Amino acid sequence: MSAKKGLHLTLKIWRQKNNKSKGQFETYKISDVSTDSSFLEMLDILNENLINEGKEPIAFDHDCREGICGMCSLYINGRAHGPDTGITTCQLHMRMFKDGETIVIEPWRSAAFPVIKDLMVDRSAFDRVMAAGGFISVNTSGNTLDANAIPVPKEDADKAMDAAACIGCGACVATCKNGSAMLFVGAKVSQFALLPQGRIEAKRRVLNMVQAMDEEGFGNCSNTGACEVECPKGISLENIARMNREYMSALVDKG
Amino acid sequence: MSKLDSRIPAGPLKDKWKHHKDHMNLVAPNNRDKIDIIVVGTGLAGGSAAATLAEQGYNVKAFCYQDSPRRAHSIAAQGGINAAKNYQGDGDSTYRLFYDTIKGGDYRAREANVYRLAEVSANIIDQCVSQGVPFGRDYGGQLDNRSFGGVQVKRTFYAKGQTGQQLLLGAYSSLSRQIGKGRVKMYNRHEMLDLVIVDGKARGIIARNLVTGEVERHSAHAVVIASGGYGNVYFLSTNAMGSNVSAAWKIHKKGAYFANPCYVQIHPTCIPVHGTQQSKLTLMSESLRNSGRIWVPKKIEDSIAIREGKLRAESIKEEDRDYYLERRYPAFGNLVPRDVASRAAKERCDAGFGIENNDTKEGVYLDFSTEIMKKGRESAIEKHIHNPTDQQLYDLGKSWIEEKYGNLFVMYEKITADDPYKTPMKIYPAVHYTMGGVWVDYNLQSTIPGCFVIGEANFSDHGANRLGASALMQGLADGYFVLPYTIADYLSADIRTGTIPTTSPSFEEAEKGIKDKIDFFLNNKGTHSVDHFHKLLGNIMWNKVGMGRTPEGLREAIKEIDEVRKAFWKDVKVPGDAEGMNTELEKAFRVADFLELGQLMAIDALHRNESCGGHFREDHSTPDGEAERDDVNFKYVGAWEYQGEDINNEVLHKEDLIYDNIEVKTRSYK
Repeated sequence: MSAKKGLHLTLKIWRQKNNKSKGQFETYKISDVSTDSSFLEMLDILNENLINEGKEPIAFDHDCREGICGMCSLYINGRAHGPDTGITTCQLHMRMFKDGETIVIEPWRSAAFPVIKDLMVDRSAFDRVMAAGGFISVNTSGNTLDANAIPVPKEDADKAMDAAACIGCGACVATCKNGSAMLFVGAKVSQFALLPQGRIEAKRRVLNMVQAMDEEGFGNCSNTGACEVECPKGISLENIARMNREYMSALVDKG
Repeated sequence: MSKLDSRIPAGPLKDKWKHHKDHMNLVAPNNRDKIDIIVVGTGLAGGSAAATLAEQGYNVKAFCYQDSPRRAHSIAAQGGINAAKNYQGDGDSTYRLFYDTIKGGDYRAREANVYRLAEVSANIIDQCVSQGVPFGRDYGGQLDNRSFGGVQVKRTFYAKGQTGQQLLLGAYSSLSRQIGKGRVKMYNRHEMLDLVIVDGKARGIIARNLVTGEVERHSAHAVVIASGGYGNVYFLSTNAMGSNVSAAWKIHKKGAYFANPCYVQIHPTCIPVHGTQQSKLTLMSESLRNSGRIWVPKKIEDSIAIREGKLRAESIKEEDRDYYLERRYPAFGNLVPRDVASRAAKERCDAGFGIENNDTKEGVYLDFSTEIMKKGRESAIEKHIHNPTDQQLYDLGKSWIEEKYGNLFVMYEKITADDPYKTPMKIYPAVHYTMGGVWVDYNLQSTIPGCFVIGEANFSDHGANRLGASALMQGLADGYFVLPYTIADYLSADIRTGTIPTTSPSFEEAEKGIKDKIDFFLNNKGTHSVDHFHKLLGNIMWNKVGMGRTPEGLREAIKEIDEVRKAFWKDVKVPGDAEGMNTELEKAFRVADFLELGQLMAIDALHRNESCGGHFREDHSTPDGEAERDDVNFKYVGAWEYQGEDINNEVLHKEDLIYDNIEVKTRSYK
């Protein structure tokens, strides 16, 4: 592990009391941040300082701090999940920053993700898109076929897994100039479309999910690919293409 | 008087569950929409239960503190889920899975529960595959398996290193389907703060909307607690930051007994602590032990030089490495159960052989170099590469490892800035899973009628220790296949009850209690943050109620926790107000509960004069450092009854554990 060194930083952080009030940037100084600390641990220290000064700490979303739950967000120096690729904010470590640096921290900005407070946003639009069709309509009684009764080609299972690895953090939406959710929805559509179990209602699924996505106010995809670049789980644009194919063929069938 | 009736059905072990299902009362389909059920927590257990109950036709209200059920901490489980499918033809069976689990639990789990778990395990895999969970497959299109600590067959199903994620997303997708149909009303960003009991039955909860700050009353005919474990009592653990004991602790304070709180699993393969600014710990999947060899230097001077940065792991010669698990436990080697592996690491580090340059000098190596070369040779043969160079072997082996565990290696590198393909990983044990929890009977009902507890929040299936890949199994078994049957038996008496009003004095009183607490926290002019007290508690717990416990240490811990608790109520500072999002207020409620539970954990650990599983008493060990169990005096479940604010007054009830179908032996992995 690298030698321990304390960083001194200036932080410009978005503060907003709630969804109804106007927000603004506030500037904070912080010192002696270990380069082995994570970015969120740095915010913990700042919050501890604020509480000790009798101020309100900064609200931000976080939970597993292992890069898997998808709860953490943050736009850091103009990038979703900050500098470095293939990671969530909780996996971003302070060794990525230089002593004396100024760091700008903002919430996800998208019409479909309203701010709750400070850096925390409401991503329940994703849940509503899922409830519209992000599932296989099978009962949970356990009275199903033996798991090996339907063989699945390894390549298909692997591809389905790659799509299923999406953590629903919303970085794709946050980083897209159109606020499009097509990488998220495309990943779910692809996962099920690639598996024999999911094929049966594939058409209904894609139609319902796309409709829900539009209703939630997400924008359209204009193929700039920023979502793929910022996705912490490497979800590929291929999934958007697959969703479009699925959607077109469902539309044709629907007549 | 003890209320501990385990209600284990009579008859032969293998017929108990079937027979019980055949004879339980049912709620007819046309009566199910007359019944409301509250589910608290939407991880593997709660999510699968909520989906299944809704599908059966009950009205379900589900609550989670996260912004979405998809973020429950079950999502972080990496390695896999066990099932007695015997797809590999290596002799696996329901009985063998049952036996391994009972033995792994150090004979402190219930036979009947564990057998049922093993029995339904095969169904779980079928169910999940039908839901579209992309498990790993082989080239013939069939499901692949790996093996895990504590067992000698390959029965673990996996989805890369993200099995928990995929199983949770499977349950979440089924839950989403029911939400979409309007059969589940989902309350995201809500926290249960109290249980409401009317006429002796659980009839609702008091919850706080974390976004608006509003305190809400919710009624139901039954309440299901699926709120997970309490590992965060240690402050540093592998649990998500928000994982808390509050729901389980609140029902304990309302009369549910809390069983075996001292049983905490310390997972052997976590990334070591980096320093005082650390907020939580990260696990490296146990599945890595299939391919990694654990060692520390044989010579203490080598360990010192490594810690000082003067020597690197790669320069230590093979004969100067102490593969201590292979040395001590030749039969299981690196695949001994978690408690054994954890204690062995502690033993080496306590003796001064730790390799990590942190405050406590604790850390051991998990080395993949042998496996990389071995797999490289296998690949070379397969690919007809004759006389491969070392570099070629390394590259081939590396891609094999990458395929199998790639995401874990990336994760490790992001956190530590070390490349584990080139240098061995550094690992050390950390608090992971809690086997103790709310006492439940065979129907998963607590000592409060109508209050059911499932998954990690209950105590029933793991005993004193949990084998790898068995937590996911229990969560889903309880939620999909056990609770939906047993809760019907209870609810069958409720079809004429009608909607439960939320205006009764019980609701009013419970709500007032919560509002008073909120007022107290926000108006207390203290000087220290909630985290300050949480860290003090965590420190006491890790040092004195951690991997090695002594009677003196535990007595000190009980006293010290009591003092921290008093200081907390006097001096805690919670900024902000009651309306709107207030994360410090959330933490204050949770830490208040941890402070009470922590004390009970120490009390439980002190009373249990034996070593078993995750509970290792240094005064009850053999000369070579192995755990010494006392089956004559302690073959029971210790369930505690709340008696008011002074935790020292809790009353112990015992449920004797009876083993009719297996011989209780000393657990040896040598």
